[in-house]
Amino acid sequence: MNVPGRLPARLAEIVEDFRLCEGREKLELLLQYAESLPPLPEWLQGREMEMEAVPECMTPVAVAAEIRDGGMHFHFKVPEESPTVRGFAAIIAEGLQGASPEEVLDLPADFYLAMGLQEVLTSQRMNGMSAMVAHVKRLAVEQIR
Amino acid sequence: MVESYAHPETLVETAWVAEHLSDPTVRLVESNEDALLYETGHIPGAVKVDWFTTLQDPVRRDFLSQAEFENLCSSLGIGNETTVVFYGDKNNWFACYAFWLFSYYGHEHLRIMNGGRQKWVKEGRPLTREVPAYPPTDYKARPPVREIRAFREDVFAHVSANRPLVDVRSPQEYTGELLHMPNYPQEGAMRGGHIQGAVNIPWSQAVDPETGTFKPPAELRKLFEEKGIRPDREVIAYCRIGERSSLTWFVLKYLLGYPQVRNYDGSWTEWGNLVGAPIRKGATP
Repeated sequence: MNVPGRLPARLAEIVEDFRLCEGREKLELLLQYAESLPPLPEWLQGREMEMEAVPECMTPVAVAAEIRDGGMHFHFKVPEESPTVRGFAAIIAEGLQGASPEEVLDLPADFYLAMGLQEVLTSQRMNGMSAMVAHVKRLAVEQIR
Repeated sequence: MVESYAHPETLVETAWVAEHLSDPTVRLVESNEDALLYETGHIPGAVKVDWFTTLQDPVRRDFLSQAEFENLCSSLGIGNETTVVFYGDKNNWFACYAFWLFSYYGHEHLRIMNGGRQKWVKEGRPLTREVPAYPPTDYKARPPVREIRAFREDVFAHVSANRPLVDVRSPQEYTGELLHMPNYPQEGAMRGGHIQGAVNIPWSQAVDPETGTFKPPAELRKLFEEKGIRPDREVIAYCRIGERSSLTWFVLKYLLGYPQVRNYDGSWTEWGNLVGAPIRKGATP
């Protein structure tokens, strides 16, 4: 499967990197992303209850968005003991950094299939990814309104 | 007298594991829900199994064949006499799944580390990223122990005979309220509810949420007997794909000593899609 069009440049690069990895290497790359997920910025610390919950994940995940100079920035809170979910969050946060709300809304809902992670992760784990995509789109809609 | 577990030897404590880290007759196996957690650090000497990529057939919906299971054990340095200790995240949910599969192929010396990974970490015990390698063994699996696995035909017969079933999913899944879960299309079922006659005892109720350890025997016995799940009749446990119910299977069989317990690994993703299968909605069995 090829990398779909209409992806912000950095996200397209990430998807391509995963696509080119084989089997176990995909998990190693995902682990690197998991470890790169930044802590919540100061303004969000202690305000986790106000963040948008992602109840579809089997792990308590929350996301918040801010817009700076027309570009969106997503912040995720994911427990340390859920590195797979942290990896997904880091990919979305890094891949969509600075994207316009319209670009976020325009993301194909299944863009991540091109990464091929479904070869090494169950569909249930992958559903966590699609749930996060749905929620960042919801946050993008709020910016456009 | 304080009641003890029926087969207390199947549970080991974290302190016991800490004392046996370099015991060559013991193999520690980490089995998690999260596919990457082992890589972030694990108990020194522990090997990893992943229920999806290691324990399941990549094509058919089934787990490893007997020959594949032998290869797996050999590659993990597990011999027929090795004592295998499973532990994992989410209160040993997938550790129990691995335990059940090893039981299916007749491995005799199986243990669960009480409290799982969470308890080991909370106690400040060591973790490492070093992945161990062990010399391969000449493992010989036994033919499958069919008595611990239920196929759909067994469940049909069980329902017809009004024998007890335990649905260990959440109350919302049991009543059928949660069916069209957003973003869960691939593991869904065409119908919501539960198998006719099944009582609902969520798997997590067998575990203390604070420590992740199993509840004491008397509490466990009360939990199941109050809902009519008693040792005098054969019991089938199920959930969505047979993983959460492995934990309940372990509790019934080894902690409470029920003689006949099966895990229905087809579970709701099979039953809720079967044409004509008897289903009940709502809170009534």
